[in-house]
Order: sequence, then structure tokens, then C-alpha cells
Amino acid sequence: MQVIKRDLVIIGGGPAGLAAAISARKNGLKDILLIERDKILGGILNQCIHDGFGLHTFREALTGPEYAQRYIDEFHKLGIEVMLETIVLSLDNNRQISVSSKEGFVKIQAGAVILSMGCRERTAGAISLPGTRPSGVYTAGAAQNFINLQNKQIGNRVVILGSGDIGLIMARRMTLEGATVAAVFELLPTPSGLARNVQQCLNDYDIPLFLSTSVFELHGTDRLTGVTVASVDETFQMIESTKRFVPCDTLLLSVGLIPENELSLGAGVNLEATTSGATVDDTYMTSVPGIFSCGNVLHVHDLVDHVSEEAALVGQSAVRYVTQKTVRDSASIPIEAKQDVRYVLPQTVSGKTDFTVSLRVTRPMANGVVMIKDKGRKVAGKKIVRLHPAEMIRVKVKAKNIETAEKLEVSVQC
Amino acid sequence: MENQYDVIIIGAGVVGNAIARELSKYSIRVAVIEKELDVSMGTSSRNSGVLHSGIHYKPGTLRARLDVLGNSLMADLCNDLKVKMNYLGKLTVAQDEEEVKSLYILKEQGQANGVPDLAILDTDAMRKIQPNVGGIKALHSPSTGIICPYSLTIALAENAYANGCHFYLGHRVTALSKQGDGFDVTASGKRFQSRVLINSAGLYSADICAMLGINDYKIYPCRGEYLILDKRLDGSLKVLVYPAPHKGKAGLGIHLTNTVSGNILIGPSNEYQDDPEDYACTARIMALLRKEGHELLPDLKTADFIRSFSGLRAKQTSPGKGGFEDFVIESREDVTGFVNLVGIESPGLTSSPAIALMVKDMVAKLLTLKRKETFEGTRSGMAGYFHQLPDEQKADLVSQNPDYGEVVCRCEQITKKEVLDAISNPLGVQTINGIKYRSRAMMGRCQGGFCLPRIVQILEKEFGYNPEDFLLKSKDSQLFLGKMRQDVV
Repeated sequence: MQVIKRDLVIIGGGPAGLAAAISARKNGLKDILLIERDKILGGILNQCIHDGFGLHTFREALTGPEYAQRYIDEFHKLGIEVMLETIVLSLDNNRQISVSSKEGFVKIQAGAVILSMGCRERTAGAISLPGTRPSGVYTAGAAQNFINLQNKQIGNRVVILGSGDIGLIMARRMTLEGATVAAVFELLPTPSGLARNVQQCLNDYDIPLFLSTSVFELHGTDRLTGVTVASVDETFQMIESTKRFVPCDTLLLSVGLIPENELSLGAGVNLEATTSGATVDDTYMTSVPGIFSCGNVLHVHDLVDHVSEEAALVGQSAVRYVTQKTVRDSASIPIEAKQDVRYVLPQTVSGKTDFTVSLRVTRPMANGVVMIKDKGRKVAGKKIVRLHPAEMIRVKVKAKNIETAEKLEVSVQC
Repeated sequence: MENQYDVIIIGAGVVGNAIARELSKYSIRVAVIEKELDVSMGTSSRNSGVLHSGIHYKPGTLRARLDVLGNSLMADLCNDLKVKMNYLGKLTVAQDEEEVKSLYILKEQGQANGVPDLAILDTDAMRKIQPNVGGIKALHSPSTGIICPYSLTIALAENAYANGCHFYLGHRVTALSKQGDGFDVTASGKRFQSRVLINSAGLYSADICAMLGINDYKIYPCRGEYLILDKRLDGSLKVLVYPAPHKGKAGLGIHLTNTVSGNILIGPSNEYQDDPEDYACTARIMALLRKEGHELLPDLKTADFIRSFSGLRAKQTSPGKGGFEDFVIESREDVTGFVNLVGIESPGLTSSPAIALMVKDMVAKLLTLKRKETFEGTRSGMAGYFHQLPDEQKADLVSQNPDYGEVVCRCEQITKKEVLDAISNPLGVQTINGIKYRSRAMMGRCQGGFCLPRIVQILEKEFGYNPEDFLLKSKDSQLFLGKMRQDVV
């Protein structure tokens, strides 16, 4: 079987893969291959026809396809090699990749690999939704694909479970397309999506959002006829007296995203329980030397702008690995999530260069300070007026502040 | 007359289809009438997929005899039909001396039934087979196996069809009558006639009897719920592990079952229902199964539950009585030509090839059966899936047909060729679930999130589907209500 060699192989041509490839080329690497399973580049952005992308990067509100196109144009201008309609079947810890396409089976030996496969949606099965198994139950992303890319009317009367951003966007989309969105139900006491989406997608269209409420049963043997919903207490147990039937022919699920790390696991990459993504150092290298990770396969992001920024950094790191054959810095300093912080990323740093910590908080808070401390000594901090689990927070840390650090702890002080 | 047959079989489950295939070896006209849009839509696709060894059944019963015979016939049958199965073996594990006694009783019973190679193993020996298994002794039954139940049911139907049997899917039998030497059958408004009528209607078998004035039977649907686990856990179980029978414990108990596709099942529960179509999963049982799962598999994570389903057992024993009745398989003397199968619950899947032989002998007493020289018992294709082949063979196949190179279902690595084969199967496919059961696409951890939109595109572009044509499983289970926007010309 044919084995080809490339200095850098990037798996996935969505926003992370594109930005990583462009960055790697701009940092001087010639021999780059990007592998994409779809017919076109751009990943999930292609079905996100709403605007609001690129506010940070371009200071413009672009649609998903527009945002993707800027990167795709640059990618092609730089003449980077791409394999489309090609699926990676496996990756091993020596960075050998098996791919399949209509052209056949190929093995590729990569000098470095960037994982940018994105994530998948949590399903009705994954949340063990009781009841029947009728048609009309879709994940929000699949519904978005059918409506925006395939011109299919998926339903007339819609209930949305979960207030993740895609669910909120789909509530507005379904309304604009003439369907009635009966309500959005969210198990948690706070919305999972961005505040701006709650305002622009629900409030502006008078779509009710019920917090601490969930769907407890599906009804209908053929097509969905309705759902049983009820409020929950602090321990997420259903409050029997609040049970009610909501008639609908469609249920959209926006109940979380799961990084698609099956290939990573095959290569022996260590994953974090909190992010379901790889454990990385401040070069975004995983536990397997020469394999890097970025974008939603590393941790689920709030804004694509942050994905592009992170991926550009990873592209740079991968080039350094390929050209300088850098080994991992042995003295790695762990970073840990403490008070009110759900996760931090990277999980270890060398301490030799400046870096940015990405994190999410566990609950909504006001006027807080994200503190990064070394044995009680503040090494970095950031004042934030409104802290929310839906929003990713990024804090810059200077290398000179952590020269003697053994362990960094990240917490929120209100 | 076009709708005139020598034999009509009601119900296209594993038993009906096994009978259809057996009878397709002979020069007679055979038809199968099925109310659902596909074969294998009832109990046959909704079970553990276990080939039982036969240790659990009372010697001398049909269940004991047909199970042991069916089990022994399965390897050749699956080889011919290209259905994946595996004689994995089973440990029935005793936790204390009291339970050890029941193992010896089981062994004796199994031997009386003709179950091969049964052995009582001590702790060391049983842990050599399944490391870490709790308990003090176990009964090892090497002939216990696993099979994909719907693959078998579909394969039987396809092979019967290839040998001249007709299938009427989406035809619900509404009236039956004995007319002279034969039967008049009305199904979804269409009239059929046959000389022999075979009732393999499963959960509806008593209703079919009643249509002919036979009121001897009643079916009590008894639901079993299951959870399906991510393939990540494949390999956790080397063999099937069941608890030893225990006084006061009904059924075989909730347990883990390997599947030929690598997903472990947790289940089944045991709850009587009134409605023979109520395949709901309940919050209470799901929570119970999750709890059991965590106890039996310490490494199990919440994200490992990928789907739930339920099936209904066609029991003859009422909720008050419990337990099991023997299978009813009879050629009725009061209604000549009526071959009646009632209460074929577990081990119906394992017994199906043996039941088919028994029914064939009954039919031979009613009609002259002459071997057909054109009968072709093997099915083309492969057992299992493309991604399970060695790399070299895959590369060869892709160079012959590029559609093998295009992976449509990412989680299960199902290729476009396999999806196309499922769509173009000899019986045709009318539902998305039909494609799912045949190709395995949409059965992985993302549950079709990735591949359903792609399969919809294939059906639209290559098979001319309109938005309204997409059905999930039944004629009223539309996926789409129409176009979102009118086409711009």
C-alpha cells in the first residue's frame, strides 16, 4: 500500500484546521496537507447562515460561510495541499495516518499532526430521553443542515430542549421560516448559550425560555405528537406536580457538544474529563509527541474567532516542532482549575514563554476577578463585569511572572 | 389469479421468514404478508441477539428440542446467508453454595436436552475465561452464541425472495376465512387465497387465531428495555455472563450482552404491557439499567450510553402467573390447513431454523412438497462490514468500486457502497430504519447526526426522493413536511 510523507498533516478543514494550515504556511512550512471529509472546506460554518461571526477578528458581523470563505480564499492563495472527500480511518502514536477516499486507501507518515476534527452533538440516546422513538426528533445541528443546506421543512410546531447556542439560533431560524416555536426548555437554572443569542434569538421573537425545566417523555408512535415537560429541583429531580404535556411535531436537541476524539484515542492521546478534549501544554501539543490539538475537538468554544486565534498559535507550534525537532520541555508547570472554575487550558506550561489561559466558570457571577496564583502569589488576573459559563474567558500570563512557579491555580474572586 | 398461493405466512419476523425460506426450497407458491413496511420490525429486531444453548428449558418441551436443534443449525445457515454470528460461550455464575446446586441442576437439564460440552468450572477456571468475574463457580456452555437478530431475519427474507417467495410488506391482515379447501385472506384491502395458512404473527398470533374462530390463546406482551453502550467498551466481556437462577427471581435477570457489532447491551427488563405496539422506554427502567451498568462495568461513563430500545415478548403466561409456557406449533385439525404458531418468545430466534423444519413437515402432510432444483441457498455479499476487512482487501475493493472509498457513516465507518446496497436490496427499502438495519449506518455514537443528512442527499439525488417520501419507520413517520422554500428557477 502506498505510503506518502508530509511534514504536517491537519485533520479537519473547518475553522480550526484552516487557520492552523494558514498559520503553519505563514510560519515558513511548505509541506502541509489538510484532510477534509466533506466536499468543501469550512466545516460546520457552511450551515451557519446567521451572522455574528468575526466580530473580534474582522470587526464585522459575517455569516458562517462568509467567515469561512475568508480563510478558504487565503488557504488557496497560499497553495496549501488539500484532500477533500477523504476520511481519516486511523492515526497511531507514530503519526501514521490511514485515509480512505474514492481514489483509494493511502497511508501518510506525518512529521507533525494537528487534530482539528471539531465536535458532534449529544443525542436523545446520549441523554437517555424516555418515551417512544417517533420521527421529528432532531439534534439542532442536523436540523440546521436540513433547513439551510437541503431545503427541508422539518416541522411546524417546535419544542427545543437545551439552550445551547445552536438551539437558540435554530429557534430564530424556525420562526423566520414560518414554524411556531412553542418554547425552549433548559435543565440548568441559567441559559447555556450566549446572552446575546438569548436576546436576539428568543426575546426578540417572544419565544419563551423555561429554565430548570426539561423534557421527560416523548410521545407519538409514528411522528412526534408532543413531549412531557416538568420543572426540576436543585438536584435536577423532576417535580411531579409541574408535569405538563406540550403538543409539538418536532423536538430539537441542543444539549451539548462532544469533541470527536475517537482518532485521538486511537493514537493514545490523553483526554481531560472536564473538556473531553486532549490534555495539552502551552504549545497545544497533546500527551503524544508531535500531535497537536485545537478548536472544538480540544474544548468546545463559544466564538469561532477564538477558534481561529487558538489554531493560528497551534500552527506556529507545529512548525516549530517540525523544523526544530523540539522535545517537550521537561519542567512542565501544571495549571489547575479551582474555586468557581470549570476547566482551564492548557493543563501544563513550560514557563518559558508568555501564554494565554482559556477557562470557563461554573456559574454566573458579577464583578469578579479571575486570579492566577502560584503558591498564593498572584501572577496574572483579569477583572470581568459579567462572568457566565457560556462564555470562554482568556487571561494572558507573562513568562517573567512565573519563573519560579511550581503549580498555577486559577480561581474567581468576587 | 395473481394473489393465489399454496402457502401464505402471516408475519415477517425471524420465524415467518425462516419458514418462508425453508418452503422456498420446494415447488410451491409461497407469500409472506407483513403489516409493517419492512421485515423484522417487531420482536425479531428487539431482543438480546443471543443464541441460547438450551440449558434453561424443561426436557421434552418444544423449547428445549427446537432450541438445541436450532442452535446447531445456525452456523451453517449463517455461513450460507452471510450473517455474522459467534459461538462465544456463556458463564452462568453462582455466588454461593445454594446457587452452585442450581448450576448442577442446570447442567443435568442441559445434558438431558442434548446441549454439548457443558462443564462446571471452579473460580480459577472461570476467571481464565472471564477475568475479574465475581462468584465461586460457573456453568460454562460453549454453544451459547451471539448473532445480529435483524441481519438474520433480513437475510432469511432476502434468500426466500431470491428463491421465488413473494413478500407483501405494509399489508395488515384484517380478515381471514376458511373457504372450501383453502383460506381467504384480506390484507390492507387486497384479497389473497391460499391452501395452507401459517400464523407466525408473534404478538398478534392470538388475534390471527381469533379471526378463524380459535379462541384458545391469549398473548400478554411483556416489555424488555435495553440500553446500548458505546463500542469503546468492546472487549470488556469475553463471554456472556449470567447470574445463576435464584428462587423468587423472574426471567434471566438484567445482564450485559455482547453484540456481534461490538456494542454491549444492558437489559432486558421484564414488564407486562397492554399494548402490543408500546415500544416506549421508561425513565424508571432506564435509571435502573444505568445503575446496573455502572455496577457491572466499573469503567462505564455517562457518555457511553448511546441509545435505548425496547422489545415485547409474546408471552402466553399472564402477569399473575409469570414464567414460561411451551411454544405452540400445531397443524389444526379443526381448521384443516391452518398451521398455528403461538407464544414463540425466547428462544424463538435460536429455534427459528428448527421451527421452520418442523413447520415444513406439517406442510408436507397438507401439500405435496417437491424439491426445487433451482433453489440457491447462499446469499452473495459479506458477513459483517467493509471496515472489518483487512486493509489489502479494502484497497482492492475500493479500486474496483470507488463507492467503497467514501465513508458515509463516520462512527461505524459504513461506506457509500454499503448504504447503496441497503437501499437497493432485493426486497426494496421504504424507510430510513430499513437502511439503518441493513447497512448499520446511523447506529453509532452520533446516532445519524453526521450521516442522516448525507443519506437524505443520496436518496434525493440518486433515487429521486421528494421531501415527503422520507419515512423513518412507518407510513406516518415522515421526516420532512415538504420544502422549506420554493425552488428558485
